[in-house]
Amino acid sequence: MTDAVAVALSVNGELVEANVLPRLNLADFLREHLKLTGTHVGCEHGVCGACTVRVNGDIVRSCLMLAVQTHNAAIETIEGVSDSGEIADLQSAFRERNALQCGFCTPGMLMAAQDLLKQSPCPDREQIREHLSGNYCRCTGYQAIVDAIESTAWTRAGRRP
Amino acid sequence: MKASAFAYARATSVANALELLTAYGERAKVLSGGQSLVPAMNLRLVAPDLIVDIGELTELRGAAVKRGVLTIGALTRHADLLKSPEIAAHAPLLKDAVAHIAHPAIRNRGTIGGSLAHADPASELPACMLTLGATIIARGPGGERRIAANEFFAGIYETALTPQELLVAVELPLTPKNSTHFFHEFARRHGDYAIVGLAAQASIKDERFADLRLGFFAVGDRPLLAKSASKLVDVAVTSAVLSEAASALDDELDPLEDQQATPAMRRHLAKVLLARCVSLLLARPDLCAGASA
Repeated sequence: MTDAVAVALSVNGELVEANVLPRLNLADFLREHLKLTGTHVGCEHGVCGACTVRVNGDIVRSCLMLAVQTHNAAIETIEGVSDSGEIADLQSAFRERNALQCGFCTPGMLMAAQDLLKQSPCPDREQIREHLSGNYCRCTGYQAIVDAIESTAWTRAGRRP
Repeated sequence: MKASAFAYARATSVANALELLTAYGERAKVLSGGQSLVPAMNLRLVAPDLIVDIGELTELRGAAVKRGVLTIGALTRHADLLKSPEIAAHAPLLKDAVAHIAHPAIRNRGTIGGSLAHADPASELPACMLTLGATIIARGPGGERRIAANEFFAGIYETALTPQELLVAVELPLTPKNSTHFFHEFARRHGDYAIVGLAAQASIKDERFADLRLGFFAVGDRPLLAKSASKLVDVAVTSAVLSEAASALDDELDPLEDQQATPAMRRHLAKVLLARCVSLLLARPDLCAGASA
């Protein structure tokens, strides 16, 4: 039974069928098998948040989910939400506010930030920090990231920053 | 790191999961949300031969009230507990506690059954089960077993479950309408493992505690329902009474040393939480003077 298991799932709206070893995690499946390298692998034990993706609409750590567990699931990665234009304004705000330097944490930050803005359209800075508490950035000191998310929230709500 | 190789079985029913657990015993591990098991496997702290994935057993998901008892299925996710109207109405302490469990992406996968069966002494839900007087329901080859929460937790990552048993649900008495609760923990970063935490539930009559249950966590190898709470019940609480309860609490604690804190720091923080809890629940700010951390 350590053999590969057949899975069928949707990744960014496309049907994917594959045979995966049970030990393969979702992050490595996306990166190595599907070449979707926007999902980053940092700590591999659920602490850093760089591998954040959406599974059936909810953000999860793709390093803490086995690829075999995604059978029949709908996965969305940073490539998906980027290509669809869903987070174009958030990405612009990150650029304008210098909310990224090396960019390693940015895909995970964007996935977590969009998740917050969908649930809570006008979060205050404390709520933003709490929602991002599981995402590490080693460059920016977080202020600029919080600025970018706050200004996106204001713009989406039709308010001036 | 990556997990070592293992075999995988997607359980099709509770009976099917039990068959697999009976056949493999200690060589198998049950996978629910995987938010503790998968990191442990990635770090090669555990290397099971077989993973029994119970993720598709939808009958183990959800919370419902029946005949005065709140039943929560083992596969109910932390995120579901946060949003559930049944939990908010009948076990509000749990809702407050869940907000402290890790981060949104973890709460979207982690389950109550997984957290209880994992039995990390620093986690929130085991202490809540003691405070709320929960019964843990396990199914095994011999049928169903009901285990009182205070007999369930047996040590660091140790419970009363046998390798052939599956935790299927927890039952909680409904929180009485006139009761009140307190939940707080100290952690280095929001969502990190607690350095020390307290889940408390009380009923108050004429400015005194008629009942007080104090479930401490991260103060020993398992959660602790503090007996010293009795020193605060049916008395007019003064600073002297509180300080006596705090030293009785000190005698009950057996904190561990780790990279987060020394035993002495944990003892201090537990007493700070006690003072804050009592002061807040009785609306007596004077009792908390000097209890800073």
